[in-house]
Amino acid sequence: MSKFLNATLIITLLAVPVFAGGIGRLATPDEVIAWDIDIRPDGLGLPEGSGTVADGETIFDAQCAVCHGDFGEGVDRWPALAGGFDTLTSDRPLKTVGSFWPYLSTVWDYINRAMPFGNAQSLSADEVYALTAYIMYLNEIVDDEDFELSKANFRDLPLGNEANFYPDDRPLTEYPLFTEACMIDCKSSVEISKYASGKDVTPE
Amino acid sequence: MSNKSGPSRRKFLTTGLVAGIAATGARAGAGDPAITNVQPWAQVLGKGVDERGYGMPSPHEAHVLRKSVPWLTAVDTSSINFTPLHQLDGIITPNGLAFERHHSGVAEINPSEYRLMINGLVDRPMVFTLQDLMRFPRHNKVYFLECTANSGMEWRGPQLNGVQFTHGMIHNVMYTGVMLKDILAEAGIKTEGKWLLAEGADAAGLTRSIPMEKVLDDCMIAFKMNGEALRAEQGYPVRLVVPGWEGNMWIKWLRRLEIGDQPWHHREETARYTDLLPSGNARRFTWVMDAKSVITEPSPQAPILHGKGPTVITGIAWSGQGIIPRVDVTIDGGVSWHKARVDGPSLDKSTHRFYFEFDWDGKPLLLQSRAHDTTGYVQPTKDALRKIRGEVSNYHNNGIQTWSVDSDGVVENVEIS
Ligand code: HEC
Repeated sequence: MSKFLNATLIITLLAVPVFAGGIGRLATPDEVIAWDIDIRPDGLGLPEGSGTVADGETIFDAQCAVCHGDFGEGVDRWPALAGGFDTLTSDRPLKTVGSFWPYLSTVWDYINRAMPFGNAQSLSADEVYALTAYIMYLNEIVDDEDFELSKANFRDLPLGNEANFYPDDRPLTEYPLFTEACMIDCKSSVEISKYASGKDVTPE
Repeated sequence: MSNKSGPSRRKFLTTGLVAGIAATGARAGAGDPAITNVQPWAQVLGKGVDERGYGMPSPHEAHVLRKSVPWLTAVDTSSINFTPLHQLDGIITPNGLAFERHHSGVAEINPSEYRLMINGLVDRPMVFTLQDLMRFPRHNKVYFLECTANSGMEWRGPQLNGVQFTHGMIHNVMYTGVMLKDILAEAGIKTEGKWLLAEGADAAGLTRSIPMEKVLDDCMIAFKMNGEALRAEQGYPVRLVVPGWEGNMWIKWLRRLEIGDQPWHHREETARYTDLLPSGNARRFTWVMDAKSVITEPSPQAPILHGKGPTVITGIAWSGQGIIPRVDVTIDGGVSWHKARVDGPSLDKSTHRFYFEFDWDGKPLLLQSRAHDTTGYVQPTKDALRKIRGEVSNYHNNGIQTWSVDSDGVVENVEIS
């Protein structure tokens, strides 16, 4: 028993720095590197590496196209990654990397942390650069198969839709309108205008 | 019975009595076999104490289940199911019925291998075990969690015929946990630290950026819901609690908190959870859940079966801005409204239970409820929202819900002029 405790104590001391202040312990630099994988629009967090459109196409066909389609059009209900240009004001907007996403860093970050679906965090940095380059190509942001995306040129390649996002303005545009609560004689007649029945979309 | 249109208590009792006798067709000397026969449970021994180490609902409640809408998503590991609101009462959602939304299935985390890391703009990057987290002062808070897409399928008009599906992306439980600010204080937030990135340990590695003001105000790290450990599907062993704000931010299986000087603009706050408007522009960082209410019973999955006479309308109301001081109910499609009776605890950013009792004459009804919150905000109609937001913004549909009740008590999801 005491031998067991001693051994545990030694392993703990060797492996991790203690923090004398209070609860918890200091994280080691390697631990932070292992988990801190996020990327920001200004490129903060991007690792060294690079990949071309052509490299990306090979990986995409092997690991992504089965769900997202050969051209990123999305198979069945799997999400589309390309297209949808000029649809944002239509009644069926198609929001893709090319038509809607504001930042390229989000593409890199998301593929790196969550794709391929069911085998997350399995891609190398070079592969993620290549896939990001290929998705840019599918969205006509670059048109050269030899185009190479890297940490160095990443920030020079913004996506198109960033300017169309703005912060929540409900306190100005909505809240002042929604303050009335009529209690009696609020309308002269009532008609049913739309029904859910007949749509046949509700599960049992 | 506080409202004027409600029946008197005496009348309620008399009609109840008459209906009871009529229903069983009782003659003098005969009676209801549920009473006159000796039932098996009144005679033989039931199961012993240890038969169910973890108690389950009565087998007669086996139909009370979360359900999904299979056509909504490509695969059940990135999907959603819905709380059966029409079968619940009070304000607390039972743990097993709290709706689920996962982006890469349910992570099953061994608590002995659970770690929470804090890094970024801090004096000391730190790691905590589950035992470490339990050493901070604990707090108990009841909060609603609503998915921003709740009622999102209804933007173009009524689609799903059931309150479970139109409004069931919400649950309300008591969390036990520790204040986020207490944990962050151990690491020491640098003065440039204005944003927090919270990250999940599941295969989606879900991330959201949260402004420091909210983080230091009321955000919690929870390890218990309704007194017991979080369910795996709710983030076991640890989830983030972001009171009153959209459910997607309440990172489950929380593994890391990073402090930064800017938001990260990750997928769940750019491609998703932004609100596309008719102009083609999109609102982002629409975090607060506005005041909303819905009648849970009667509703399409819970028709009126008892015929005319004393009838109870009930529902829930909530707001990300505080408590609900008032709920109004109409039974005539909004010609006249009545103040409903809020019963049970009225807690900050928690659902409130309301009731309206009335004497149904058996004629068709058009039922609606309307929530008020402490800021003076009144829940708007769906058309008022559409005027500003169009029909494709997906999220934040807190418009007034209409149920049409026919003379047989059958209920349908409709919209009215
Ligand atoms: C088994 C099917 C599948 C495969 C294979 C797959 N994905 Fe995905 N992908 C998904 C699903 C499902 C989502 C949405 C997940 C969610 O929101 O919960 C998604 C989302 C995405 C998105 C974000 C789309 C949006 O509009 O938000 C990108 C980008 C993406 N995948 C890239 C890739 C890449 C690159 C690969 C190959 C390395 C890949 N995916 C492989 C299923 C798949």
